[in-house]
This record gives sequence, C-alpha cells and structure tokens, in this order.
Amino acid sequence: MDGGPQKPAVGWENGMLAPVDRLRTERADSPVPGLVEGTEPGAGQQSAMFVHAQSFEDLTAEAEEDVEREAELDESGEPSEDLKVLVGEETIEKQHNDDIPPERGTKEEDVSSEAWRSHRKHVFVLSEAGKPIYTRYGTEEALSSTMGVMMALVSFVEAEKNIIRSIHADGCKVVFLAKSPLVLVGVSRTCQSDKELLRELQYIYYQIVSLLTLTQLNHIFQHKQNYDLRRLLAGSEYLTDNLLHRLDRDPGLLLSAVTCLPLASSARDVVSASLQAAKAKNLVFSILLAGDRLVTLVRKKDQFLHHIDLHLVFNLVGSSSSSREGEGWTPICLPKFNTAGFFHAHISYLEPASELCLILVSTDREDFFNMSDCKQRFLERLSKRSAYQAMKEALKCPSYSVEQVGIPELRHFLYKSKSSGLYTSPEFPAIYQSDEEQERMMGLYQDLHSHLHHPTRPLRSFYRCSETENLLAWVTSGFELYLCFSPLGTKALAHSAVNKLLKWIRKEEDRLFILSPLTY
Amino acid sequence: MGDDHQQVPGGAQLHRNTLSRPVRTFRVKMVLLGSSGVGKSSLALRFVKDEFRNTSPTVGCAYLTRVVHLNHATLRFEIWDTAGQEKYHSVTPLYYRGAHAALLVYDISKRETFIRAQVWLKELQTHYIPGSTVIWLVGNKGDLEEVRQVSAQEGQNLADEKGLLFTETSALSGEQISELLLDVAHRVYECIGAQQGGLSEWQETPFVHMHHRNTSNPLASCCKVGP
Repeated sequence: MDGGPQKPAVGWENGMLAPVDRLRTERADSPVPGLVEGTEPGAGQQSAMFVHAQSFEDLTAEAEEDVEREAELDESGEPSEDLKVLVGEETIEKQHNDDIPPERGTKEEDVSSEAWRSHRKHVFVLSEAGKPIYTRYGTEEALSSTMGVMMALVSFVEAEKNIIRSIHADGCKVVFLAKSPLVLVGVSRTCQSDKELLRELQYIYYQIVSLLTLTQLNHIFQHKQNYDLRRLLAGSEYLTDNLLHRLDRDPGLLLSAVTCLPLASSARDVVSASLQAAKAKNLVFSILLAGDRLVTLVRKKDQFLHHIDLHLVFNLVGSSSSSREGEGWTPICLPKFNTAGFFHAHISYLEPASELCLILVSTDREDFFNMSDCKQRFLERLSKRSAYQAMKEALKCPSYSVEQVGIPELRHFLYKSKSSGLYTSPEFPAIYQSDEEQERMMGLYQDLHSHLHHPTRPLRSFYRCSETENLLAWVTSGFELYLCFSPLGTKALAHSAVNKLLKWIRKEEDRLFILSPLTY
Repeated sequence: MGDDHQQVPGGAQLHRNTLSRPVRTFRVKMVLLGSSGVGKSSLALRFVKDEFRNTSPTVGCAYLTRVVHLNHATLRFEIWDTAGQEKYHSVTPLYYRGAHAALLVYDISKRETFIRAQVWLKELQTHYIPGSTVIWLVGNKGDLEEVRQVSAQEGQNLADEKGLLFTETSALSGEQISELLLDVAHRVYECIGAQQGGLSEWQETPFVHMHHRNTSNPLASCCKVGP
C-alpha cells in the first residue's frame, strides 16, 4: 500500500472539519479526512471500481427525468410536483402503526384479510394492460381487480397528459413508477419518503430486467399487450422477495454502496492479483464475495460495474442454493451496464462449505469451460500463497464491534466513501440483535438518509434525539456518515465523535476498504 | 488448500481409484430436463452427494460431476442440471446438444409435468441422432404416493411406446437413485461406449481446458439461439 496515511496530523488539531471546497491535497498529506471527494477515508487509489455513483440521486434521476419530460409535454397540465390526492375510500381505512405485522407473508394469504392489509410495505408490479405480474403478499390472481384499479388510476391521470406520482392518504403512501412496459406500485405505511420508495421500486424494476432484458420485455409486450409475464418470471419470484427483504435490511442498498470483508491489504492485494492473472478473452468482471461482503473485484479496463448491478448479483448469489455443490452458469442482464443483452455468470464456491463465492462474468454464453478454467487457475495461484489462509482467517470475523473505535456512547455507524462507492459499518450491538430492532434501526437510517437527500431541501447535517437513541447524519462531498448514539449522548459529544471516528477509519482504511482496485 | 482436485466433486475419488485400477475413464455428458419443481436439482444432489435438502429454483444451469465405476471402465458423469423455468428454455439446447444421456424428469403428483416431459422428448428427438443418446424417463417424487396423478403403468407405457427407459425415483427418500445412475452408466457404456469414438476419454489433469481442448467443446454450437 503506497498511499496510506503516512504523515499524520497536519491540520488535524486545527479541527478543520468544515467542508473545504476545492481543497485537493494529496491523500498522504490529508489525514483530516476527506472533506473533498477522492481524499476521504476509503477512497480508492487509482480509479473507482464502480460506475461513479454520487449517491442514490443517480438511481432516482432517471425516474425524475421521465416525469419531467412528460410534464414538459403538456404546458397546460397541472404541475405534477406534490400531487396529493386523497382517496380515503380507496385505501385502508384504519391505521395500525403500532402493531408489528408479520413481515414475511405467505403467498396463500387472503388478500381481503386485515393481516394482508396491515403489511408495512406492499409492492405490486403490473403490465401496462393492467395484468398482474408480481405481488409481495398474496397471489397475483386474487389481486387482479386491485391491480386493475391501479392501472386505471395511472391511465386516468395519463389521459390528462400528466403523471401520477403518489397518493398520500391517512398514514399510507402509494407511490407509482411507470417504466414502460411495466408499472410498479408501492404501498407503504413506513415513514419513508416518496423518493426512497421510488428508489426501492426502481430496484425491483431492475431485478425483473436483469432476468429478461429490457429488449425482451419490450418485444414481448409489443407483440402481445396482454401477455402474462408471470409465465416468464415463474420460479424467480423468490429473487424479488429476497431483494425486498434486503431493501429493508441491507444498508448497502440504502447507501448505493457495498461493504468489504475486513482483510489485510497485503492479503487482499494477492487475491486481487491472482484474480487479475486468471483472465480470459471474454471475461469482463471477476468478483469474489464472502457472504454479502466484497473481497475483491477485478474488471476489464474501461468497464465499470454499477453498484445496482452488483447488488443484483449479490441477490442472485445469496438467493440460490444450486451453485453450492457444483458450478452455476446462468445468463444475467446487468441493467445499468446494458439493458439489451445478457452476460453469462459462472458462479461457484471456492470450497463446498465455504462462504467464499467466485463470480466470473463473461460475454460469451459458451464460455463455461473457459470460466471454469479461470477459476482453477485462480485457485492454483492462490494456493501457492499464504493469502488464502489469511482470507479464511478473516472470514472468521467478517465484522468488527463498535467498541474497537473507542467512542463512548456510540452504538453503531454507517460510513460511505463517495468516490469508491464502498461503505463500512460495525456489527449491530446486542440491543439491536433482533430482526425487529434491526429493521427499526434501518428505518431510522432511512429517515436520516431521506433528509440528507431531500429533492428540494437537502440537509448537510442532521441531529436527532429520541427516547431510544440519538442520531447524527452528515454529508460532505467526500463521504456520508450516519451515527447512532445511546440516548445519554449529547450533541457536542456526537460532533466530537465525528473527528475521532474519521481518524479511526483513516487508520483502518487499508483493511476496511479496497484501496487499489485492479483491472485486467 | 493443497490439493486442488478436491475442488471438483468426485474428482478426488477419481484420483484414488484410477491409481489402484488400470481402467480407462470416459466422459459422459448427462443432462436433466423437465418442468420447474420436479426435482432435477434434488436428483443431481443425490447423484453427487447422496444428500437431500430443499433447494431454491435453479438459475440458468448447474454443472456437477460424479464418477461411476463399472467392471471394465470408469465413467465420469458430467451432469448438467438445467433450470425448468420457461425463461431459460432458449439456452437449454446448449446443454442437451451432444449429451450421451438425457433424463426426462416429471413429478408423479403433477400430470402437467408428465405432459411437459413429452414436449421435451419431442424437442430432443428433433436434435439427437438415434443411438447417440440414452433417454431415460424418470418419474420423481415417488414418496408422494397418496397424491399420485400419473401411474407407474402410464410412465412405463410411454417409455415403451417411445423406446425409452423408465424408472420411478424419490430424491427425498433416495429410493432408486443409485440404481438409476448405475443403470444409466451401464446402458451408456454398452450403447455408446462400444462405438468407435462414442465416448471421449477423460484426461486426468487438474485443468479443465486440457481435456476440452482435445475434444470438441461440449458447449460448442452451430446455431444461435437466444438469449
């Protein structure tokens, strides 16, 4: 590692933490981390691994653009901004915000039951002809009239040359995302903003595209408007289910970033170099995962992987069990890369019982044996070094506890380096171990996130006290930081903790981040 | 790490046995075809590990290997466990092309999967050269006797009519699984192994590219199908 923070403490004591624009110092001279993009802790040395992703704005931007474009079409139309329609009768009459409804419903649920209605978040996908394609809870058949109503709402507003974006009614939000030839509808009782909900719908849209490609989707519906897309998605609903589950639980999807397996940079570099050496003509990306954590990613020069595509790959690997025993080979569309075509992914575990999963993405569907060979060469190379052992050791503690940071009252945090698109976060402490608590925690982070990324009034920092915890969120051009303190913490303590935490992350960045991504 | 051969399921076993037995090892390409949820992956898991567990639907295809020892030869089964889902059908020809054995799997408790197996048979028959592929009709989920929709006699009749072989199995209980694999092995060896160049020999190297370079690429195709 040549670029680590060798020279400490220039200006650190001066407490220069206020954002300094255009201050582009050398990384080594900048232990006051990263108020400027590219110098923050965790920023990559050479080049980013991912398509440059400022934040989730680029995810929702597309949807916004569509809306704006459509809005421009009709000057006389009502401004679609803040379109709030009250439909008391249409939606659920009663609110049970305090109840905790069963999170994972079964498909056999009765859609007229109170239990079905009280799910925190529903997601529906339908075709432009109003045909049901997917529902998170219950069966599509039982919901065909409900989805018909949804499509009627969309078409009704469209007929006026306008676009329906959301309906707010009595604690319930209904968000619409029209991505021809699909329409996605989210119904939520959470306090998430429209934009956050839209982001989640966008993910679901990309999940479907990744199975079929947009070209195929368009082709199908051009030929047969009334086509029942469930035929083609049959057997893959669990991917969408799992993605929705991840959206509730995984900070990576919220932050538009991925997290890494903590590993000594020397070991990581050997692993990366071994992957780099095991290349093939049509190989575009080599990704090594440890569970949900990235060990390393090697890409073809000039080809970038978008974090959304990477999350779709994570979801595919995490959801399927079939590659455990042998080698998987599947077509996959990476929609942020190209919505028109399939890549072909070779998915295999380094050892049957191991968490380490290697994904080799090729452009050629007949490349199975070449990819299999790449894997063998990678293993061969790796086994000659001690890095494999180091990696296996690192797997035993894939996370770290917040105590290691040494900040009193700090319970948890999320830190994202914007330029690398990577984030780090300790494990949840004991009080947040239950599923309910973790989802509540994620809800709090989502809330902070939506304040920092508010479409019209984004905040740079936000401090919030509650009975159960105090929270601080802070965004600069270099990083995003979310801290969770015990309710005994004070605002002054929280602010001083930022300095300390950034310093700690800077010290640990070699281990927590991938600082020198490689290309073939 | 150390011994890489452990990475290949069945590979380690192969090493031990070929050292002690001077028999030739042949590669057998076997493909599992059938509707979604009939138990193809469970059969494959039984073949290679003799285990059962609930699996999620296969995405794309899974490749597994298993070595079977016969009296005069050793067969290395290269099993292509295909996804039954419709969206993957366009890529399935990649896997059954050049297969020495094809298992058409249906679920005895679901009639539509039996009908679907016949559609698969039609598709296979338009591609294969008679005598080059052993086609086996497999009625799986034999443990679901009480909700059976396809009788064993029906399966047998279809097999007789179309000149296939037939077995009922249960991947859940493991019944008839090892027998099936052994029967397929014998059949393949007798019917195809006897022909000149019917089966290619397995070259014992840790690298896959060594042997598939020597022979034709099992995935090589002459026509393009999407996706």
